[in-house]
Amino acid sequence: MRRRLFAWQLLMLVAIFGVWQLLTQPGLVPPIVWENPDRAAFFFGEPIRIFKVIWAWFTEGAIYQHLWVTLQETALAFVIGAALGLAAGLWLGLSPTAAALLDPYVTAMNAMPRVVLAPIFMVWFGLGIWSKVALGVTLVFFIVFFNVYQGVKEVSPVVLNNTLMLGANRRQLLRHVYLPSATSWVFSSLHTSVGMALVGAVVGEYLGSARGVGYLIQQAEGAFDINTVFAGILVLTAFALVLDFAVAQAEKRLLVWRPGQSETEQL
Amino acid sequence: MAAAVEFDRVTCTFAGTGGPYTAVKEVTLAIGEGEFVSVVGPTGCGKSTLLNVAAGLLRPTGGAVRIFGAPLAGINRKAGYMFQSEALMPWRNCLANVTAGLEFRGVPADEAKRQAQAWLERVGLAGFGDRYPHQLSGGMRKRTSLAQMLILDPPILLMDEPFSALDIQTRQLMENELLELWSANRKSVIFITHDLEEAIALSDRVVVLSAGPATHPIGEFAIDLPRPRDVAEIRLTPRFIALHDRIWHSMKEEVLKGYAQTKNRVVA
Repeated sequence: MRRRLFAWQLLMLVAIFGVWQLLTQPGLVPPIVWENPDRAAFFFGEPIRIFKVIWAWFTEGAIYQHLWVTLQETALAFVIGAALGLAAGLWLGLSPTAAALLDPYVTAMNAMPRVVLAPIFMVWFGLGIWSKVALGVTLVFFIVFFNVYQGVKEVSPVVLNNTLMLGANRRQLLRHVYLPSATSWVFSSLHTSVGMALVGAVVGEYLGSARGVGYLIQQAEGAFDINTVFAGILVLTAFALVLDFAVAQAEKRLLVWRPGQSETEQL
Repeated sequence: MAAAVEFDRVTCTFAGTGGPYTAVKEVTLAIGEGEFVSVVGPTGCGKSTLLNVAAGLLRPTGGAVRIFGAPLAGINRKAGYMFQSEALMPWRNCLANVTAGLEFRGVPADEAKRQAQAWLERVGLAGFGDRYPHQLSGGMRKRTSLAQMLILDPPILLMDEPFSALDIQTRQLMENELLELWSANRKSVIFITHDLEEAIALSDRVVVLSAGPATHPIGEFAIDLPRPRDVAEIRLTPRFIALHDRIWHSMKEEVLKGYAQTKNRVVA
């Protein structure tokens, strides 16, 4: 059943690219919409050429350094953003005074479209990877922060009291109740925050850089090379899928204690 | 000799939405060393409030609590507490939940693990140590809680309707196991329940509370049933029935009062 479904999904993919190719190949469709037979290919690219570009990237190895840079930026943005978000979430969650004081600022910073910070980060951190990491961090931070903040507030008071009665002091309470509870909220937002880290990296590259998949796309766009733009988008999509798969694997390992959908009551 | 737990005119008032609410008023009660005392009362009468005061989780508005003669300040380190709802840490497996208390006290990990294994065996959970709470049944989770509390060997046990969420068979099994563990190593127990039969079957003494607000004890009954007891069988003896009758009569009015209040609250 699963194999058949997969076969159909694959067939659909082939069909989409087939139709795309038919509609864009110069001369294949009579020029009804476009007066120039090359116009469709100019705007929408041709799948065969797109795959040629991708093939060349991977066989000649030109893509690897760009993927590596984008991966580095994404990973750094996620780790730094998540760590800061965790720390800030725990702090504000446990200190009502600080939370009340900072509330309007947190709301304002979250409401601000943070992509506009990219030029500032360029000035501060240059065109290297750190300006992209900084942009990713601002995106990841708030997702993790709000999840942890909520997580700390929703720690079961019974579990808390029980741990107190078992003799935990304040530090042990933080380490054995608040932290695991908050971490589980971080992991539940893992897919979103890793995705955001990637967005930060690519948008940053697109706005100004010398390496990375975003840079490739930006360069090709400047030369009106639509096939390379699409090639970059496809590579990026595949990259995001691989990342998402890795995140799902990590989640499965780290959240074994969570009641899953498939195994609610085994006994 | 000083009582294990002594409530001295304890009053608890909360700031509610509709003005201050006095849950417990002027409760004076003493639980002797090694004594098993059940506290029964209508629902919502502040039984749990009383237990939280004894645990040190809640500071009374008035009056004092003394533990073995010493006034209580902060968390009661001599007491173990078994909660009505789920209290296990869901991110720790069964074994790690049982070792938690020892861990907090700085007991070396392998020693804590050894003791926890022994306790899991004693509560019938040998071989389930690596399960997480959500993988255990309700009864097994209660057993884990029991082991988690008893491993610290507290001289006082505070139990807040611990078995109320279980089905009747599991519940009687657990009650018998509790009695067995208790008789092997007599601790002072305050057992909160709304189930009079459970209270009589387990205890040396039953304290009846009035309906809230301003709950206070309105009767005390010594339970002179012989031990060891089987909670299922003892319910059928004439002495049990006579005791049940007497206590129920004193409670009935309060239960009806409590019921009427809850009903009015729902309507309002």
